[in-house]
Amino acid sequence: MVNVKIDGKEVQVPQDTSILKAAEKAGIWIPTMCHNNLIEPYGVCRLCSVEVVRGKRSRVVTACNYPVREGIVVNTNSEKIKWIRKIIMELMLSRWPNVKVVKDIAQQLGIETPRFESLEKDEASDACILCGMCVNVCRDLVGASILGFVNRGIKREVVLPFNEQSDKCIVCGACAQVCPTGHIKMVIEDYKGKKPEFTLGPKTAIYVPSMQAVPRVPVIDTQSCIHFQTGGCETCAKVCEPLAINYKMEDEIVEVDVGQILVVTGYGIFDATQMAQYGYGRYDNVYSSLEFEMLVNSTGPTGGKVVMKNGEEPRAVGIIHCIGSRDTNYHPYCSRVCCMYALKFAHLVHDRTDAAIYQFYIDMRAFGKGYEEFYSRLLDEGITMIRGKAAEIVEAPRLNGSDGNLLIRCEDTLIGKFREIPVDMVILCNAMEPQRDSDTVRRLFSISKSPDGFFLERHPKLDPTATTTEGVFIAGCAQGPKDIPDTVAQASAAAARILSLICKGEVEIDPVRAMVQDDYCSGCRICNNLCPYGAIDFIVDKKLSHVNEALCKGCGTCVAACPSSAMTGHGFTDAQILAELEGLIS
Amino acid sequence: MAKPKLALYWAASCGGCEIAVLDLHEKILDVANAFDIVFWPVALDFKYSDVRAMEDKSIDICLFNGAIRNSENEEMAHLMRDKSKLVVAFGACAHEGGIPGLANLTTKDAILKWVFKDSPSTVSNNGTYPQTHTRMPEGEIEIPEMWETVKALNQVIDVDYYIPGCPPQPDQIWGVIEYILSGQPMPAKGATLGAGDKTCCEECPRERKEKKLKQFFRPYEIISDPNECLLDQGIICLGPVSRSGCGALCPKANIPCRGCYGAPPNCPDQGAKMVSAISSVIDAHEPEEIEKILDQIVDPLGTFYRFSVPQSILRRVEKI
Repeated sequence: MVNVKIDGKEVQVPQDTSILKAAEKAGIWIPTMCHNNLIEPYGVCRLCSVEVVRGKRSRVVTACNYPVREGIVVNTNSEKIKWIRKIIMELMLSRWPNVKVVKDIAQQLGIETPRFESLEKDEASDACILCGMCVNVCRDLVGASILGFVNRGIKREVVLPFNEQSDKCIVCGACAQVCPTGHIKMVIEDYKGKKPEFTLGPKTAIYVPSMQAVPRVPVIDTQSCIHFQTGGCETCAKVCEPLAINYKMEDEIVEVDVGQILVVTGYGIFDATQMAQYGYGRYDNVYSSLEFEMLVNSTGPTGGKVVMKNGEEPRAVGIIHCIGSRDTNYHPYCSRVCCMYALKFAHLVHDRTDAAIYQFYIDMRAFGKGYEEFYSRLLDEGITMIRGKAAEIVEAPRLNGSDGNLLIRCEDTLIGKFREIPVDMVILCNAMEPQRDSDTVRRLFSISKSPDGFFLERHPKLDPTATTTEGVFIAGCAQGPKDIPDTVAQASAAAARILSLICKGEVEIDPVRAMVQDDYCSGCRICNNLCPYGAIDFIVDKKLSHVNEALCKGCGTCVAACPSSAMTGHGFTDAQILAELEGLIS
Repeated sequence: MAKPKLALYWAASCGGCEIAVLDLHEKILDVANAFDIVFWPVALDFKYSDVRAMEDKSIDICLFNGAIRNSENEEMAHLMRDKSKLVVAFGACAHEGGIPGLANLTTKDAILKWVFKDSPSTVSNNGTYPQTHTRMPEGEIEIPEMWETVKALNQVIDVDYYIPGCPPQPDQIWGVIEYILSGQPMPAKGATLGAGDKTCCEECPRERKEKKLKQFFRPYEIISDPNECLLDQGIICLGPVSRSGCGALCPKANIPCRGCYGAPPNCPDQGAKMVSAISSVIDAHEPEEIEKILDQIVDPLGTFYRFSVPQSILRRVEKI
């Protein structure tokens, strides 16, 4: 630590700290134009010039890149310095009279009109002031080194290589981020060339997946992170005080020995683009239920405001039930949660906007505790319930070419009429469906699935959390669509089942088991990959197949397949079965 | 002490079993030394009347090969049973019906019609079929009557032991003879001699992997890897469902096992077991795909039941 005196104020800072930082600590403002904490000081604008007195010597230096030394005295506001700053700002103001940062600092320094007349006067409000921050950030932080200066003196400018578009630019936007005048802009357009008011989903490469995420820590999208593309940046690591960001972390496979497994892999959401008639993915304001959930979340992109992509509040909102569920073309089952969240959406829209709300339903299924009451309350709030599944959504453009609204076509089965309802926004209640990789997971744990694709419980009524594989339990939407109370109940039950076995310390197994008679097994390996429970091993040195009795459930698949009849089922041998048959026939 | 008496007889068979006995080479002399061969139509000149003249149970061992196809086979089977202390069903035909047993997959009429009328090499014979009795100028001649159904030996008479194989391997035959000559106690009645308790796979040197079959080949359709299990390569090999004993001769010569040694102990039906095993390891999920793979198996009955139709749960077809 060294002691420095700035404008008479004593301040103690570590050796090699810049005067600018030391002054900041002392609470003294030094104007800067080319300084940004993310970039190494460059000292090009000279605006931060200060006077350093060391012993009898006095020099003018740039505060941003001059390291402090023990006992130096700094004057930031002497007449000499004021004079230097004034000249600099007058020169800048004469060249870029309309750039906001230049005007602001000039104003702070009390300069109204410059005394000079520039030959290269640029009246644009977003003119490039040649601060070089973009060049530096691209070279030092991003590591792409795409931007650079060409020419000298008043002809100096920032260009891309050969002044052409370059595919070496990774479009990270760091230059636009640091540009003090807005000369460099990042323009995000959708496929129609429109600038959306907000985007659902992360806007940065490092982000917290959702405010409800557990654990609530940020993740890095390596596809869009500058560091993973160029090896540079590391800005997030620099600003993270606890040094929690580690770019070297990799996916790792950890082997854990456990006695029981609870499979709670959840559900996937039906992709509504399959149902082209609803225009999901084509029309801006057709949302999936999860997207709408993100939109109305108070931590969402609009802070919970219900707005359309163009930023306006919708005048009418249609909520369409049973997208992909209760539909023999997709999923014949009922997703069970949609009716209630559709009512919740209606309530939120009603609460936050003046929009008219239409619900298009097949049947209302308000089956849970308090659900029917909520439904009644919603009816009192004045939402329109239309019994009939919407047939299609079409765009109804306006004559003047501006964005039109959407038209929901449906049959209102209660009045027996075909209707067309104009709305601004549509929310689709997508079906819950099994995770896409559920078959892989299922084989991994040797569990079955029901016809709908969800994991199959051992017994639908009497054993809803266990599976046919010993020690493997299921809960939640992995077992079938269900709402939060049901999920919590089932998960608690599964946890209790698991705990009861842990407390006991030992497990009972059924006596019906398959067994290999070693005297007759010749190791043909027909049975080896038949076992749905993975209970059969092949003993290579003995050339015999072997049944792990703790895993075997006595299903008999291997017994039927064993060509040499070396595999027998305890209590169900061929001889016993043939004797039974003989008994039946006689 | 008099030498034990040995009789050998062939019923519906190709004669291969007799050759297998002759394949003992010089050891046949030891057989002749040890036994008094009293009846062996293929090699020695004895008449049926000589056997009829013998006292009941005067023959110690009768090696009976061939299936029971006609009245003569059946008559001789009963005769040999009466005259012999031990009757051994010798070879696949006597054991399980064998190749002649495949005739049970059709009917007597159909066979006669094909052989004497329809086959392209038959000159039209104006509807003449073999008759059991035919009057000729020299007198009446008689030929045995062909039965509708081919039977294994034990479906006609009581059989003491079985020596399987098509034909039984000479070393196994010699092993059995040596054992009998040694005077050791004979195994329980109904035992299978000259074969192991495991399957052909036990003796097969090929490397076996977990089985997943996506395609079947007939042996001529593929150049098979000489070190890998034939079944793994999609060639239907009945090794897993056939008794050991032959030394896996066929698989060692790149030919799939045909199952001549019969079903292993405890296995109630060789063909059904193989169907069950093969269908378990077909690696397909869609019914059409499974159907396509199964269509690659040519003549499943003849493949899986090549030697065992009369002894199987199928026995025969009722009509075609």
